[in-house]
Amino acid sequence: MTDGNAGANSGDPGELRSGRGDDPGGGDPPAARTSPRGAHLAERVRAGDRRMLARLLTEIEDRTAVAEAALRVLYPLSGGAHLVGVTGAPGAGKSTLVAALARAVRASGRPAAVLAIDPSSPITGGALLGDRIRMQEHAGDRDVFIRSMASRGHAGGLAAASVDAAAALDAAGFPIVFLETVGAGQSEVEIASIADTTLVVEAPEMGDEVQAIKAGLLEVADIVVVTKGDRPGAGRTAAQLRAMLTVGAADEAEAIRRAEAHGRRRPKRPQVVLVTAPTGDGIRDLLDALDRRAAGRDASAVRPARLARAAAQLDAVLAERLRARLRDAHRRDEIDAVIRAVAEHELDPYAGADRVMALVEGSPSGG
Amino acid sequence: MIAAMTDRRIRVLIAKPGLDGHDRGAKVLARGLRDEGFEVVYTGLRQTPEMIASAALQEDVDVVGLSILSGAHMTLVPRVCRALRDEGLGDVLVTVGGIIPDDDVAALHEAGVDRVFGPGTTIGEVAEYLRSSVRPRETA
Ligand code: B12
Ligand SMILES: Nc1nc2c(ncn2[C@@H]2O[C@H](COP(=O)(O)OP(=O)(O)OP(=O)(O)O)[C@@H](O)[C@H]2O)c(=O)[nH]1
Ligand SMILES: [Mg+2]
Repeated sequence: MTDGNAGANSGDPGELRSGRGDDPGGGDPPAARTSPRGAHLAERVRAGDRRMLARLLTEIEDRTAVAEAALRVLYPLSGGAHLVGVTGAPGAGKSTLVAALARAVRASGRPAAVLAIDPSSPITGGALLGDRIRMQEHAGDRDVFIRSMASRGHAGGLAAASVDAAAALDAAGFPIVFLETVGAGQSEVEIASIADTTLVVEAPEMGDEVQAIKAGLLEVADIVVVTKGDRPGAGRTAAQLRAMLTVGAADEAEAIRRAEAHGRRRPKRPQVVLVTAPTGDGIRDLLDALDRRAAGRDASAVRPARLARAAAQLDAVLAERLRARLRDAHRRDEIDAVIRAVAEHELDPYAGADRVMALVEGSPSGG
Repeated sequence: MIAAMTDRRIRVLIAKPGLDGHDRGAKVLARGLRDEGFEVVYTGLRQTPEMIASAALQEDVDVVGLSILSGAHMTLVPRVCRALRDEGLGDVLVTVGGIIPDDDVAALHEAGVDRVFGPGTTIGEVAEYLRSSVRPRETA
C-alpha cells in the first residue's frame, strides 16, 4: 500500500490499467484536434444520444484527448443553458432540493440535467457517490439526466471536470443544468465563479446570526434557500437570515456608491426563500425566480458570472497544459533536480520556478 | 509531485432491486469498494430493473452489482440483465451477491451474470475480481 502517501495516483488500486488508446498523455493539443472518436462523440451528443453523452462525460472526467476534441466542437454550441449551482453544508438538503427543482422543470415541459459532486477519498482516491439516492423519482425519465461525479482531489467543492461536463450537458440541449457541490464549509466558494446562479442551501437551526455575517458561503449566494420548511425553527431561520442579509435602501445606495467609487465589487444582496422540497412547497416560486434570472442572462444579472467562468476555464486549461509540459520525460530529470535543490534549501522556490519556467519556454511542447 | 490530475477509475453501480430491505451488505460493499479506490454509485433500495439500467447508462459504469437477500433473484436478475441489454449496455460487467443458493448460480450465469458472490465474501475478493475482469473501453 502507499503508506500515508495521500494523493499518490500511479498504481492506485482502483486505477484501470488498460487506458484508452488515443490519449497521448496530458491532452496534447495536436492529437486532440484530430481525434475521430471525439468528433463522433460530439456529433452523437448533439443528436441526442444519451449513452454517448454519458461516455463523453467519462472522457471529460478522465481528461482525455477524446474529450478535448469533442469539447472543441461542442463549446461553440453551448452557452444556452442556465447553470445553477447548489451548495451548502453536508446534509443541508441539496440533493432533495435539486430533485424537487427538476420535478418543477419537468412540469414546465423542459428537460433537466444534474451534475452531483461527492468527495473522493484523499487516501484511496475512491468515492461513494450517494446524491442519486435522493433523486430516484426521476429514474427512468430520459429527460432528467443525472450524473454523479467524484471530486478527484479537486478542492473548492467541485471536480476539475465540472465546468466542461456542464458545457457538454448544455450542448446536449438541456436548458437548465443543476450543479450540486460536495457538502461545503465556509471556504468552498468556487461554485460562485462557475455557476450563472448560485443557490446556498441552509437547513433550519444550523447556526446563529454570527454565521450569517462571517465571510464565505452566504456571501456568494444569489438566492439563499432555507430547506426543510416542515422542521421546527425553519421560519425563524429564514426570518433571521433575511434580517441579517437585508440592508436598508439608503445604506444600500451608499454601499453601491462607495464600492463604485473605489472600484470594488459590491456585495450581493440575496433574497431568502423558504421551501419544503419533498412536498414541493415554495419550489415553483424558486424556479420562477431562477427563470427570471435566466431571462436576463445577457443583460446584467448573469454577465459577471459568465466572465468569471470563462476566466476560470482558461485558467484551468493553461494550468493543465503547463502540467502536461512539466510531465514531459525530457524535462523530468531537470525538474527533479530543481525540486531537490529547493528541498535542500539551495534554491528558493521562486528561483526554482524561474528555472522551471525557463525550461518550459526554452523548447516547444514535445509529442 | 507533478502528476496527472486524474486517472481512469473503475465506476461501480451498487443497486438493490425489488422490495428487499436488507441493505447492510450493499452498504458494506459500497464502502469497502470506495476504500479499495473505486468510484461507487449507490442508488439505494427498491430499484426496478429499468431504474437500474437507466442509472447504469447515465453514470456510464463499468460494473453493475446487484445485492439480493430476499430470494427473488431468479425473477429479478434476468430482468435486470435484459433491461441492461435493451439500453445497449450488454458489455457492462454484472455481479450479484447476497443469499444465492449454489443451485441457482448456473442459471444466473446463463441470464448474463458474470459472477455471483455469497455471504462471507471479502471486499478484497470482490475488488480483485473487478480489477481483473472489467472490460477495457473502446478507443480511438
Ligand atoms: C440482518 C438481517 C435482517 C435485518 C436487515 C437489516 C438491514 N438493514 O440490512 C432485518 C432484521 C431488518 C431483517 C428483516 C428480514 N429478514 Co433478514 N436477515 C438478516 C441476516 C441475519 C443478516 C444479513 C446481513 O446484514 N448480513 C451482513 C452483510 C454484511 O452480509 P451480506 O448481506 O450477506 O453481504 C455480504 C455478501 O453476501 C456479499 N454481497 C452482498 N450483496 C452483494 C452484492 C454484490 C454485487 C457483491 C459482489 C457482493 C455482495 O458481500 C457482503 C459483504 O461480505 C440474514 C441471515 C444471514 N445470515 O445472511 C437474514 C435473512 C437475509 N433475512 C431473511 C428474512 C426472511 C427476513 C424477513 C423477511 C423476516 C420476516 N419474516 O420479517 C425480513 C424482511 C425485511 C425486508 N424488508 O426485506 C432470510 C431470507 C431468506 C431467503 N432469502 O430465502 C435470511 C437469509 C434469514 C434466514 N436464514 O431465513 N433481516
Ligand atoms: N424533514 C425534511 N427532511 C429533509 C428535507 N430535505 C431533505 N431532508 C433530509 O435531509 C437529509 C439530507 O438530505 P440531502 O438532500 O441528501 O442533503 P445534501 O445536502 O444533498 O447532502 P450531501 O450531499 O451529503 O451534502 C436526508 O435524510 C433528507 O431526507 C425536508 O424538506 N424536510
Ligand atoms: Mg447531496
